[in-house]
Amino acid sequence: MNSLARLSSVLLLATSLGAWAQDGADMAATEAASSASSTATAMHDATEPASSRDTLLRELTQASLAQAPRVISELERVGGRELLPLFEAMLEGELHYDADSLQLMRISKDSGGVEQATDVITGEALGPRTSRSAEKVRINNRLRTLLRETIARVNLMEGSDDERAAAARAMLGGITGDRLPLLREAFEREEDGEVRGLLEVGIAMAEIMEASNDEARMAAVAVLSGRLEPPVRNLLSRIRSDENASSELREAAAEALDSIQSRIEFYQLLEQLFFGLSLGSVLLLAAIGLAVTFGVMGVINMAHGEMLMLGAYSTYVVQQLMPNHIGASIIVSLPVAFLVSASVGVLIQRYVIRYLTGRPLETLLATFGISLILQQAVRTIFSPLNRRVLAPEWLSGSWQYNEVLSLTLNRIYILGFSLVVFAILLFILKKTSLGLNVRAVSQNRAMAKAMGIRTDWVDAMTFGLGSGIAGIAGVALCQLTNVGPNLGQSYIIDSFMVVVFGGVGNLFGTLIAAFTLGMGNKFLEPMTGAVLANILILVFIILFIQKRPKGLFPQKGRAAD
Amino acid sequence: MLRQGPDSIFERIGGRNTTIFLGILLSLTVLAALGNLLIPADSALHVSTYTITLLGKYLCYALLALSVDVIWGYCGILSLGHGAFFALGGYAMGMYLMRQIGTRGVYGNAELPDFMVFLNWTELPWYWYGMNNFGFAMLMALLVPGLLAFVFGWLAFRSRVTGVYLSIMTQALTYALMLAFFRNEMGFGGNNGLTDFKDILGFNLQSDSTRVTLFVLSALFLGLAYLCSQFLMRSRLGRVILAVRDSEARARFLGYRTERYKVWLFVYSALLAAIAGALYVPQVGIINPGEFAPLNSIEVVVWVALGGRNTLYGAVLGALLVNYAKTRFTALIPEGWIFILGAMFVLVTIFMPKGIAGLLQRRRKEQNGSGSSLTTQERHA
Repeated sequence: MNSLARLSSVLLLATSLGAWAQDGADMAATEAASSASSTATAMHDATEPASSRDTLLRELTQASLAQAPRVISELERVGGRELLPLFEAMLEGELHYDADSLQLMRISKDSGGVEQATDVITGEALGPRTSRSAEKVRINNRLRTLLRETIARVNLMEGSDDERAAAARAMLGGITGDRLPLLREAFEREEDGEVRGLLEVGIAMAEIMEASNDEARMAAVAVLSGRLEPPVRNLLSRIRSDENASSELREAAAEALDSIQSRIEFYQLLEQLFFGLSLGSVLLLAAIGLAVTFGVMGVINMAHGEMLMLGAYSTYVVQQLMPNHIGASIIVSLPVAFLVSASVGVLIQRYVIRYLTGRPLETLLATFGISLILQQAVRTIFSPLNRRVLAPEWLSGSWQYNEVLSLTLNRIYILGFSLVVFAILLFILKKTSLGLNVRAVSQNRAMAKAMGIRTDWVDAMTFGLGSGIAGIAGVALCQLTNVGPNLGQSYIIDSFMVVVFGGVGNLFGTLIAAFTLGMGNKFLEPMTGAVLANILILVFIILFIQKRPKGLFPQKGRAAD
Repeated sequence: MLRQGPDSIFERIGGRNTTIFLGILLSLTVLAALGNLLIPADSALHVSTYTITLLGKYLCYALLALSVDVIWGYCGILSLGHGAFFALGGYAMGMYLMRQIGTRGVYGNAELPDFMVFLNWTELPWYWYGMNNFGFAMLMALLVPGLLAFVFGWLAFRSRVTGVYLSIMTQALTYALMLAFFRNEMGFGGNNGLTDFKDILGFNLQSDSTRVTLFVLSALFLGLAYLCSQFLMRSRLGRVILAVRDSEARARFLGYRTERYKVWLFVYSALLAAIAGALYVPQVGIINPGEFAPLNSIEVVVWVALGGRNTLYGAVLGALLVNYAKTRFTALIPEGWIFILGAMFVLVTIFMPKGIAGLLQRRRKEQNGSGSSLTTQERHA
């Protein structure tokens, strides 16, 4: 009787093992390897109730590498999602156990490099402990594959929407025909549209591998048409070049590939468009302050780039002052950068530029000298090395529309930000009394003075405004590049080009010029490379200015001269 | 009779200043050359080869400053891109010197310079053909910058691009060239440029006599350029150019094709800059894309501004003074130099719009008690 019970439990175990092996792709391979020892383990196991999680956990510590796959499968069945941290810890090689109590724990280094033990399932801290004082749960490549599979499967069935989607996506990579049951089951249970789509792709791919007749395969290929996931493309191009496949199937695959290709091209075009817009927004930010000082006031300020640089360094300093609130620091930096750059701008206007009215070339030289001084000052105060401004969480990451099109968040924000800054500036110039004064002074200084406008004050304020806006632009730019003493220099020529190209004194011209040049640059880039694109754009502007010296949108009427 | 009273031939060409300038330049050159070659090394009066090379470098800068003064001081065209012509002349000379290395390079390739071998190029690009011939290379050193200046000037002046627009365009020009020369694919050595030169026309570049010769040549060319420019500016052509500077519209209404005068002056100025570059490269032993940097070109402008534009000798004086100061200060306080340079830009433009030459002229005027003068005017920028 006793022996009969044993025999039946051995059989039961063997069948359940087999069933799981079918789900786990790797298990199919591991099964053969472990089948020799499986009988022995099964005999051993049969004495204890296999359903108990704690027993299995204990067993995991003692299992040999060959036995471990079975224990893991059991654990998955018993523990499911709760045991994910255990699988992950094991996958990362951080799973340990106490040699005496066989208690499992995760030992990993904290941010200070000290090893800390945590409860492997609850994540509760168990205090510092070195990995040497505990035994490590051994792991090999086969187990790693198995663990990855297990984690994917658990996620596929039980995780949140995002986790299930990620798991489904991961599964597409190594899909095989024997995944069909799992995929179908998941598909039945799935409610989220995106995951269902992915599962459908997975099912179709698995069907292509499994199916015996061309009809089913053709249907599956039709499902795959237009899908952007890379494994789909790989599979389809394999079919297309498969000598053994029927010509119809190969044709269908080719068609599906074409449709995929055209979709990819479409999204790549969108992406390129976005890069162009993004570069345009950077140019706009860099040039917009200049559009005020150079465009409206007619003062050429070669230190404009350094106003950007001061804005960027203000951000850096603010961030150093509030290291625990990176997210807020960017917001705080905006007014700080405005004030810093604006006050430096006002100082430059009051003490240098004022004395050089009507002598543009001298103004150019003097402000260039100021730019050298500011650069060197920053080099002396901070360091000649680049400083890194940390990106707050809400600015990092990207927005993934699909497999091909993903846009980084900071560029999206900066694009929006540049337009907002532009709108604010436009508002100030068109709707406020300061703006009215500025326009009056720039059109006819003597007359404006006669009407009682304090032209000196207006000059200083306008210059402050232009410089302050450059400072704000600096805050945005330091999210894209490193902050260094040469930050301004790299933008100065480009920003002058934008203002001149757009037409001096015309804010909308600056806007359009910035985006035109940004787009032009990004669309040339794939053909010529970045540097040559830059050169070609410069040459284009030089030639364009010869043709239309006043830019795209020249000022007309009395304001023109 | 060659001499008539106090009038030397130089004075008939360029006035008293020219005689003084050329006298000082030539005597100093001869003294320095003799000091290096004849006086033994342990004597206190010996002029070291290092000093000779340094002086030669200064003289090249002075020639470059002169070229900027011709166009800025006399015609009111502020070029922020003269470094481009200087560097192009330098590159042509560098290409010749590169080809002279022959099999002595690291890779020992008789045909290709080292950097091309390094890039796995198999044959010389077409634009390197003929550069092993000194005459042809020197022709190119003048032709290429001259042509560039002509095309650029013709386009710009014909469409009446003036003032700061033109300045920014010239800056963009040199910036674009810098980016281009940084590219390895251009075939000019990319980032590293051209260097490791061995000899010129068979003379070893490291030897004292070659160095002194190059130094003396630099002085000769500077003197010649000075004389030539002075002659040009005192001629009828020079008068028209001054008129263009002071009121282009009026000159145009009087019937002068102002753009032609401007283009040819621009080309002449570019040629001077190119000569300076070609003389500069064998003396410093390297040419790289850094020479195209907009900062270099704009620095030249401050030499001229400090020395005093519109006088020619002021430009030379400014170049020598600033570069001497640069050599001294960068050795003493490396970080301080940029502050000094920056302050110089600001202070000179505000407090010394006529530069040192302006101060000298004023003193002379005060001494003579009579307002003699000629060309300096308030109204140009």
